[in-house]
Amino acid sequence: MIVLLIALGAGLGAPARYLTDRAIQARRSSLFPWGTVLVNVLACLLLGVLVGARADDTATALVGTGFCGALSTYSAFGWETFRLSRPGTRWLAAGNVALSLVAGIGAAALGWWLATR
Amino acid sequence: MNRSTGGQHGEQPAGPRPETGDIDPDVGPDDRAAHPGSGSPIVLAAIAAGGVLGAEARYGLSLALPHSDQQFPWSTLVINLTGCLLIGVLMTVLLSMPSPHRLLRPFLGVGVLGGYTTYSGFAVDAQRLVLEHRPLVAVGYVALTVLACAGAVWLSGTLTATVLAGRGEGIDAVAHR
Repeated sequence: MIVLLIALGAGLGAPARYLTDRAIQARRSSLFPWGTVLVNVLACLLLGVLVGARADDTATALVGTGFCGALSTYSAFGWETFRLSRPGTRWLAAGNVALSLVAGIGAAALGWWLATR
Repeated sequence: MNRSTGGQHGEQPAGPRPETGDIDPDVGPDDRAAHPGSGSPIVLAAIAAGGVLGAEARYGLSLALPHSDQQFPWSTLVINLTGCLLIGVLMTVLLSMPSPHRLLRPFLGVGVLGGYTTYSGFAVDAQRLVLEHRPLVAVGYVALTVLACAGAVWLSGTLTATVLAGRGEGIDAVAHR
């Protein structure tokens, strides 16, 4: 059952990441990976809410492990940072890491706070 | 995904690349121009299928390496580390191919590796450690993840490019650095 819930969540989360990223890139012709930052921050916020709300196993599997896990990505974040870490765009790589860390962990904390207040 | 400009990055001078530069494993700006149908149902289905496989693999690994909220989240670190090793190989190989199958990157990159690795799990692991009054462990976990994963992408991307160059393939990809 857990496996099916994760599959359902991930089957929605991964395409949602792709479509969000495309929509962002269509509006911003920037080297900075805003799309990945956005999906990761949104997933952190949602997972923070889930943890704060002490979600049951069903919701955790479907929304947490499945949807948020597949909506967010570390591999894209890692690859994009690598591609930016060359002379000329090195500060974009550093900015990507800094923004992802601050906004991601901040969003998780905000979600948790919203769910527990 | 097909990308006619995929192998030429290394020929570009240092500095900001043109807008057509591919910086995103999920979709590059040139994808939209060259392949307006890349949001097609078959591409989305490949991403969904890959995402499910990746997420189930992540779940399986989390069961194999369980940790409580107070413990160092080794499973998430291993997942993100191995995902970063694999994305370096995958993207370097794809960029060296003149015309990879259009579903390769959506399925393997966006789907499997995107669904396997997790940023939200990483952030919430750190948050849980802070909530459990383990702030130093949280800081160590964040620092180790960021440094190890960056090193993993660099290592796998560079090694793959070197191997491809040795075989006379993907020389452009080597010159990325």
